[in-house]
Amino acid sequence: MITVAFDGAVAQNEVGYAVLGDKRLMAEIVRVRGTRCDMQVFDATTDLMVDDTVEFSGELLAAELGPGMLTQVYDGLQNPLADLAKEAAKISKDAEYFLQRGMYLPGLPRDRKWDFHPTAQVGAKVTAGDFLGWVTEGIFDNQTMPGHKIMVPFALRGVYTVKSLAPAGDYTVTETIATLTGPDGKDVPVQMMQRWPVKVPIKCFVERLEPTETLETTVRTIDTFFPVAVGGTYCIPGPFGAGKTVLQQTTARYAKVDVVISAACGERAGEVVETLKEFPEIKDPKTGQSLMKRTIIICNTSSMPVASREASVYTAVTLAEYFRQMGLNVLVLADSTSRWAQAMRELSGRLEEIPGEEAFPAYLESRIAAFYERAGRVKLKDGSCGSVTIGGTVSPAGGNFDEPVTQATLKVVGGFHGLSRARSDARRYPAIDPLDSWSHYNSVIEQDRVEAARKILRKGNEVGQMMKVVGEEGTSLADFTTYLKSEFLDAVYLQQNAFSDADATTPVARQKVMFEIVEKALLSDYTLATKEEMRKFFMDLQQTFIDWNDVPFGDSRFDTGKAALEAKISEAAKVA
Amino acid sequence: MFNNKVYHKIDALSGSIATLRAEGVKYNEIAEVESRAGTSLAQVIKLDGPNVTLQIFAGARGVDTAAKVRFLGETMKVPFSDALLGRAFTGACQPRDGGPAINENPSPIGQPSVNPAKRIMPNRMVRTNIPMIDLFNSLVVSQKLPIFAKAGEPYNELLARIALQANSDVIIIGGMGLKYDEYLKFRNTLDKSGALAKTVMFVHTAADPTVECMLVPDVSLAVAEKFALEGKDVLCLLTDMTSFADAMKEIAITMEQIPSNRGYPGDLYSQLASRYEKAVDFDGAGSITILAVTTMPGDDVTHPVPDNTGYITEGQFYLKNGRIEPFGSLSRLKQQVNKNTREDHRTVMDAMIKLYAQYKETIEKQSMGFKMSAWDQKLLKYGAKFEAGMMDLSVNIPLEEALDLGWKILAECFDKGEVGIPSKLSDKFWPKL
Repeated sequence: MITVAFDGAVAQNEVGYAVLGDKRLMAEIVRVRGTRCDMQVFDATTDLMVDDTVEFSGELLAAELGPGMLTQVYDGLQNPLADLAKEAAKISKDAEYFLQRGMYLPGLPRDRKWDFHPTAQVGAKVTAGDFLGWVTEGIFDNQTMPGHKIMVPFALRGVYTVKSLAPAGDYTVTETIATLTGPDGKDVPVQMMQRWPVKVPIKCFVERLEPTETLETTVRTIDTFFPVAVGGTYCIPGPFGAGKTVLQQTTARYAKVDVVISAACGERAGEVVETLKEFPEIKDPKTGQSLMKRTIIICNTSSMPVASREASVYTAVTLAEYFRQMGLNVLVLADSTSRWAQAMRELSGRLEEIPGEEAFPAYLESRIAAFYERAGRVKLKDGSCGSVTIGGTVSPAGGNFDEPVTQATLKVVGGFHGLSRARSDARRYPAIDPLDSWSHYNSVIEQDRVEAARKILRKGNEVGQMMKVVGEEGTSLADFTTYLKSEFLDAVYLQQNAFSDADATTPVARQKVMFEIVEKALLSDYTLATKEEMRKFFMDLQQTFIDWNDVPFGDSRFDTGKAALEAKISEAAKVA
Repeated sequence: MFNNKVYHKIDALSGSIATLRAEGVKYNEIAEVESRAGTSLAQVIKLDGPNVTLQIFAGARGVDTAAKVRFLGETMKVPFSDALLGRAFTGACQPRDGGPAINENPSPIGQPSVNPAKRIMPNRMVRTNIPMIDLFNSLVVSQKLPIFAKAGEPYNELLARIALQANSDVIIIGGMGLKYDEYLKFRNTLDKSGALAKTVMFVHTAADPTVECMLVPDVSLAVAEKFALEGKDVLCLLTDMTSFADAMKEIAITMEQIPSNRGYPGDLYSQLASRYEKAVDFDGAGSITILAVTTMPGDDVTHPVPDNTGYITEGQFYLKNGRIEPFGSLSRLKQQVNKNTREDHRTVMDAMIKLYAQYKETIEKQSMGFKMSAWDQKLLKYGAKFEAGMMDLSVNIPLEEALDLGWKILAECFDKGEVGIPSKLSDKFWPKL
């Protein structure tokens, strides 16, 4: 945090550079008072002195948008980490390993050429966000997937006329590919790359649509019980060790979306490295290509400067909005929003603002709300739809959800996947608490059927609690059966084995088949007369079901397994 | 730019903080404060116009308003050479063992964060010969792991044992708020076994100034980093990080910062993380593994220090009643290594823990007066053997022996079909009694 005296005009959130010898340290204005402004520096401020120079850039903190972002690993300010290492290696052998202070590199590769295919017409009237052409970028090849669209810069206001358009050919992101004439008659050269301030939402669309379609994550608990909508928001609060990050990684892998932007915000570097090394090896089921080709990682781990941690979630969502403008479905995973909130707290503390609850700033809630509001499904100007879905983890202190960040988040999201320590201790993964969690979105199964199953879960839980006091002996057979049913539902449907290839990911079609069988088992009345028989029956049914879960969908054994389960249930059930 | 002016007027003193007017001072620069109380180093922690705020390492007690302050123009540095090995220093890098001061090759502390792109996936195991670690929660090179314990648990003994037995090239011990006899015990234990020759100690004892306590993790890790860059596998043992957090709290409160939770500063998470994240396996050089004791005031894991630590580290060991608890203890990285040890490692680990969990339930039933079945009797027998053979901290056997012992305990208590182990493995390993 530095305080700078300035002459002339500065803007709130304008970027400046503190000059330190041959280095320039990036900083952002966070408060202006008279002729002084407070700036948060995105690097360590060691060695700065009173009276050092600060140069203002006149720009807000912006992201570079264009081809070349996919597969990249960025820090919170969109510096590509691999390039930083290469650049640092020029200083010394050891320097290569560290993030050097004051070293900033362009987010998009400047030397790479892209095959531009113009689609707009000379003389056409265009507005911000309209398509001018496309390039091939990885899986976006204009064949199985649409091409990477080149758009009229979002910052242009009013109607422009296409004066000239570059012919098809190879261009870098900084070469002019079109010239547009503005309403004032002035010509604007357009490049494939554009800059957009990260803290401002991109709004080049016709209207926002209601998120009604379910986003397929292939996690059964989520899709069936606590669904996420395309263009919706959800949060995953949980104590440490409950599996938040694993759940996020599973979603990043299997969710049916076009682009995944994973923001590791203030979390462990080791986990990012895991994603970094594993994703290139995993195949995307949709395209058959490496998963990395649809992924961008924004990684601002806990030891990296806290100010750029604050920026990192905005960078992530800005990149997402850019891809949404092409009519793609984008998923933003922010892990963890608590670290982001803490970054705000640290900043607010240094500004000596009057603190709110637990010393978080008073604007915490509105910032969180504004962030999640950048999600949504929108109708674009050409009639197609694009979406940004945001899923954020929350790391509440002590695992207690009654803290400001969790509460502020719960107010604004459409789905709540609360992880519980009890479930993770019992190795019941995913540890999403089936009783406390909720979702406002549409499930892949009809609502009343899901409700019936949840009712049994709740009842079974009550019986389970009671049994701890009175023992099995004091429980009636009917109650005991309900308890067994709820345990059965938990074991075969809610729990999913991440290490089994078939069980780790359950497509919606399979979930529907599975749910039918589970439903049959839950709603049947049984003829068995003793608790022991009942327990045996459910244990056996459970074992058969779990084995069936390991059978790949579409395998011949899948149908026989299904028939066997149905037969077992019918045999034991009372004929109505 | 060397600033050789000497300032003679301190405007304000509070706790270990001094404020004076000076020119041309750099942020985080080191100064020398000479007063009636002696000479101490100090660090610039705030610049506000002409006012410079200094944190005096030796504390401000006895520092007079006419004390001489000379700014040295450089940040805090730690000497680095092989001569450090076998030596003990204070948090301010002064010799603690009566040996000569070392000034070679000074390198700055608190260096920038490692580029995640230059890390590699950890995949080597640190062998400690403690079954509860090696067998059930393997420690992995470059892991950062805290030991959660309440005061009075033998955590320092555990650290000393790991220091003795771990297969690492260099050991760095960072002591914070240690009792003097604890420091001596550490030193003598290492000396007796000959491990002292590969050890560097930075120790702040409870009697030393608070500010030096805050320096210990930084100097320890800066030296560790230097060794790691030379290609060495470094094990860094820090005890106790709660004292470090309390020192931060003390300074933050004197600085009149707004506290967030139970008086701790709002950046507690970032401060702890920037230390723990120094754990690394360099792509093309050595590694740093961090094992840190975090005492839990009131045995409360939701206390801000253990809570924030849990979110930063890759698992945790719970030390309770002198034993590493199998429940709650977790090494998040064990999957990376326990697949490459012996084929039965994972299976024995899972089976034994599941049975031990059942034993715990049985104990509960027993205490509530429920009748004990034949199966319960077996579990009771198993539990006792498990606790004595595996959990006792005095057990000192390599992983392979621990696995064999595991099979033996299982065979003594159960039949082959009862332990839930696939017959492929039990056919091969089940011992004949």
